[in-house]
Amino acid sequence: MYKLWATIIKDLQILTRDKVGLIFMFAMPIILAIVITATQNSTFELVNKNKVPLLLCNKDNGDAGKQLVIAIEKVGLFTVKKVTGEQTEKQLSDRMHEKDALVAIIIPQNFSSVLNAKAKATATKALNNFGLQQDSVEISEDSLQPISLLFHPVLQQTFRQSIQGALRSALQMVQSKLILKSIYFSLNEEALPDSLENEIIDNQVAINEISISRDGSNTLPNATQHNIPAWTIFAMFFVVISLGSSVVREKLNGSFVRIKTLPTNYLIALLSKQITYLLVTLLQAAIIFAIGIWLFPSLGLPRLNLPDDLPGLFIVSFMCGWCAVSFAICVGVFAQTQEQANGIGAVSIVLLSAIGGLLVPSFAMPESFQHIIKLSPLHWCLQAYYGLFLERGALRDVLLNILPLFGITIFMQLIALYGLKNKNLI
Amino acid sequence: MNDAAVSVQNLGFKYPGQSAPSINNLNLDVAEGERFGLFGPNGAGKTTLMNCMTGLLNYQQGSIKLFGNEVKKNRKKINKFFGFVPQDFSFYQELSPIENLAFFGAWSGMNNQEIKNKSAEILEILGLTDVCNKQVQKFSGGMKRRVNLAIGVIHSPRILFLDEPTVGVDVHTRQAIISYLKDVNKKGTTLIYTSHQLSEAEELCDRIALMDGGKIIVHGSLNQLLSDHREAGLEGLFIHLTGTMYRDA
Repeated sequence: MYKLWATIIKDLQILTRDKVGLIFMFAMPIILAIVITATQNSTFELVNKNKVPLLLCNKDNGDAGKQLVIAIEKVGLFTVKKVTGEQTEKQLSDRMHEKDALVAIIIPQNFSSVLNAKAKATATKALNNFGLQQDSVEISEDSLQPISLLFHPVLQQTFRQSIQGALRSALQMVQSKLILKSIYFSLNEEALPDSLENEIIDNQVAINEISISRDGSNTLPNATQHNIPAWTIFAMFFVVISLGSSVVREKLNGSFVRIKTLPTNYLIALLSKQITYLLVTLLQAAIIFAIGIWLFPSLGLPRLNLPDDLPGLFIVSFMCGWCAVSFAICVGVFAQTQEQANGIGAVSIVLLSAIGGLLVPSFAMPESFQHIIKLSPLHWCLQAYYGLFLERGALRDVLLNILPLFGITIFMQLIALYGLKNKNLI
Repeated sequence: MNDAAVSVQNLGFKYPGQSAPSINNLNLDVAEGERFGLFGPNGAGKTTLMNCMTGLLNYQQGSIKLFGNEVKKNRKKINKFFGFVPQDFSFYQELSPIENLAFFGAWSGMNNQEIKNKSAEILEILGLTDVCNKQVQKFSGGMKRRVNLAIGVIHSPRILFLDEPTVGVDVHTRQAIISYLKDVNKKGTTLIYTSHQLSEAEELCDRIALMDGGKIIVHGSLNQLLSDHREAGLEGLFIHLTGTMYRDA
């Protein structure tokens, strides 16, 4: 027991003097967690609180054009800057390049007249179907010029799709209004009263956003709840830089030669490294969680809400840490040089993070990747954490994620032992 | 002289992938309490022989016994009673001498109090007390050699294997190391020693062996060897027996 204790002390002494390793293990993941959460939170706020600057050029003089402008303003997604109808597409593009706006909409000249004609044609068809004979209205299919939507290239596809959806919704509202007015006029030979128009249009079914959770709290998850678990796992697995190098350094620097001539098994050294670095991973988790709870609110970011099952959180963190340490030892055993350990370690963690859904949500990955995802230990770590942090579950709810993680950990331990035996190191 | 501390019989060792053996049918006995020196040109097989005797290399032929225990079969047992000072610095550069001694002492089977007492004594003798809490990586080559030696003797081994312990050190450090090794030997530790410094044979060794091509060419006391080959000094004897060709080409 004293040998193990002395080895743990030795490992802690070496660890605390490895400044670069400490930066990789503690500073970098903390900075990443803050930066990524802040960025994602800003995107969230950009869509939900801040508005996208939009140039609106209405070349149409009719009512439909005006109503579309009002509908776009009502969407709530944009800060509308109206420009005169004389502005050309080129002029609008130039203003967008000067970052005057990220989006521009051009309503074509004959928008109202053609949209009215289309609405009348649709109303006539509908009334004819009801058995009320009406004079048919003929309109050419290509008479309605499209609305032009100009995007600044910095806008990502998902964001462009949101804007297109909002615009379609506004356009749909204007079209529906015109069709309704036309039908009303045909039936009653008088204009649709404003009160009825507003009542019909505004009486939309509300959408109630509910996040499903195991504890029934239905709290909406935020960028912090998503990012803190992910970057905690990333930090844990980044011990490969320090631990992998430590194993390689021990093999190369000659101390290993002496260790092999002493009456103690090298497995004691491996056990010590596992205990030491497991403590490091738990400390990493505690620090990152503490930052999420106490520092994030003062930075204007959402506060981290810990799961109710704290013992469960400890066990999940322990399993994630143990898996990370086993992976690092594996890399250290098979790497020939420190450069190899650092390179292979860093690249493999980024790859496993990407595969495991830390960088891109796993549900968004192609079908062919869905089986590969399960090979990444980071995937199981993330699922277990999400089960606690996002679904507000308890340990029993994430056992199916812990078991594969345990299996991968044991597998890596066996691989490391095989490597040591094969290299005549134990 | 007492019973054999080391007994090597018909030893053969070949590195994987090499056609010729590095050690070929080698026989050697070192008595307990003896100061025995292994000398020879580069590539003669001195370090390989030492690595076989300490169990770092698995020999394919013959037998090596330390106090009657076959090295191959009793690795754990023999590891308890020998110390090893490799040619390379074999310690943790990030740690201080006292921290290195604490770790290697524990791995040698000593308890905390034994380690503290012995560390203080060794560091004092080797002149490292003032720097015992500084990281070894900031030390000079000579100081590192002394740390390397201190770790090898922390557990008071019955046999001490030393692979070129004075390489690259100044005359003061060399004298300090030689003097300390004589003291260690007086307390009963058998010394088995390799070096390129032929003068150390005269200063330290009771008996020497000259190796070349994986074999022991001659062995005996220095005076006896000089007399047998009618040479005035060890350097002349060395050239006479091994020739003048480069051996590390």
